[in-house]
Amino acid sequence: MPYNIGFDTSRVPVVLVWGGATLVAGFFLGFVGNLLWQGLPHLSWQFLTTDSLDAGRQGGIAPIIVSTGFILTVCLVVALPIGLGTAAFLAEFTTKDGKWGRFIRRSLDVLSGVPSIIFGLFGNALFCHVLGLGFSILSGGLTLACMVLPLLIRITEEGFRAVSHDYRLTAAALGCSRTSTLLHVLVPLAAPGFLVGVILSLGRAMAETAALIFTSGYVDRMPESLFDSGRALSIHIFDLSMNVPGGDRNAYTTALLLVGCLIMLNGLVTWLTRHWVRQRLGVA
Amino acid sequence: MNPSSALNREPFLGLSSQKEMGITPCITAEQLTLTYGERAAFQNVSITIPRGAITAIVGPSGSGKTSFLMCVNRLTDLLSSCRVSGRLLVEGEDILSKEMDVLHLRQRVGMIFQKPNPFPFSIRKNLEFPLKEHGVKNPEAINGRIHQALTDVGLWQEVKNRLDAPAQTLSGGQQQRLCLARALVLSPTILLLDEPCSALDPLSSGVIEDLVLSFRGRYTVVMVTHNLAQARRLADCVGVFWYHHDGGHLIEHGPVRQIFESPRDPLTVSYINGRKG
Repeated sequence: MPYNIGFDTSRVPVVLVWGGATLVAGFFLGFVGNLLWQGLPHLSWQFLTTDSLDAGRQGGIAPIIVSTGFILTVCLVVALPIGLGTAAFLAEFTTKDGKWGRFIRRSLDVLSGVPSIIFGLFGNALFCHVLGLGFSILSGGLTLACMVLPLLIRITEEGFRAVSHDYRLTAAALGCSRTSTLLHVLVPLAAPGFLVGVILSLGRAMAETAALIFTSGYVDRMPESLFDSGRALSIHIFDLSMNVPGGDRNAYTTALLLVGCLIMLNGLVTWLTRHWVRQRLGVA
Repeated sequence: MNPSSALNREPFLGLSSQKEMGITPCITAEQLTLTYGERAAFQNVSITIPRGAITAIVGPSGSGKTSFLMCVNRLTDLLSSCRVSGRLLVEGEDILSKEMDVLHLRQRVGMIFQKPNPFPFSIRKNLEFPLKEHGVKNPEAINGRIHQALTDVGLWQEVKNRLDAPAQTLSGGQQQRLCLARALVLSPTILLLDEPCSALDPLSSGVIEDLVLSFRGRYTVVMVTHNLAQARRLADCVGVFWYHHDGGHLIEHGPVRQIFESPRDPLTVSYINGRKG
């Protein structure tokens, strides 16, 4: 007589999969819902365009937004050319199994797993002290550039590798040099992949706190130059929630703004991957 | 393909007749061998390809036909672990020598691939890009050469009003003609065609075949094809590659009539009769 445990066991995987998916979706909705509930009533044009008062309890976050913008700009200005150049070198001038390429890739993989606080300490030692930049937007941006480069390079390299080899053969058969093929044919074709890498890096940089605590500092005044200390959005949230009693309301509102930006960036990546990348690479 | 153009043509002279008539060889391979690591793609190939003629390279897959073609413009340089030995003269010049200017060689030796592969640019930029690469900067000269190349492949009338449209909007046959124009715009003397019709419908194939026929005498054409009927229709000379256990070999070559009507090698006989390959 067959053993009967009383319920249909074939349903277990289905229940587990649906249960897991529902749990994740529920967590996300709860998380965003809570942010909206706490932050949305205070989010206003005035909040975005006025100075921070009373250690951030009152007023807005205009200097924080400007500082964040400057830090991200420094990060991108440094990371983009280095990221594109290294990715092009890895994809076009090294083989996947070559010693040099393998060494760089292994190093990038290790670097991308390093906790951001270590990057913060490294940035503090190198940029703030050795190079004498002190706690500044420049130090913060440069540290973030070091942090996002591994991710940016690997995504961009994959973008280059996704370009059909036929284009390389065709350009070579026309007597075009490798440099010219790279600049005129491969870079435009790999551009969508590069842009996806840039946006993901931007998202990671925007959400970063630990690396900036030691480098760009806490000052919530409007920065006047890149050598001024500046407070990023994530640090503002951290400071208001941990160090400023009564700062929760503005912390929630800032967090809502930050999460909103990150969701928009993720949406942009999804759209780019679905449309532009596939179209450029001729994927149906 | 216009049948009359193929059937009514005079066969190109045989190799012995070429010498008698003073016709110069264009490509000469002597004991040419290509290996990928330990594996030989083809071995000890010796062949003379006459100037201005259409030479078809036929044979089963894996016998080294495309690899041979890629030696002629040194595209093999791009393939990792690929090594070429022997001698290969193109218009009297040893192209395997280290001093060879490979970029200039590829300007003289155009190549068309199996699948049409225009760059994801406009029609105009597809032709402009290689010209600028080879130092043609004058806009009038560029426009003149674009016009000439597109006219030569019969595409000018079809695209003259949409030169700035993306090349990908053209049909497969038009794209292959654009690729042909892109090679012709550099004024090559030799054209390497690697199964240029295999990805096209019969009508588009016919158009390409007519074009290839029109190239006789103006360009030295070396065409890899799996289509024996096409080789018979178009070629003046035919080389038959065959795969042995130690890699590809050129088992026979000669004028088209000899290969198809009185082949010497038993494998060639089996191949053209459809019993092997």
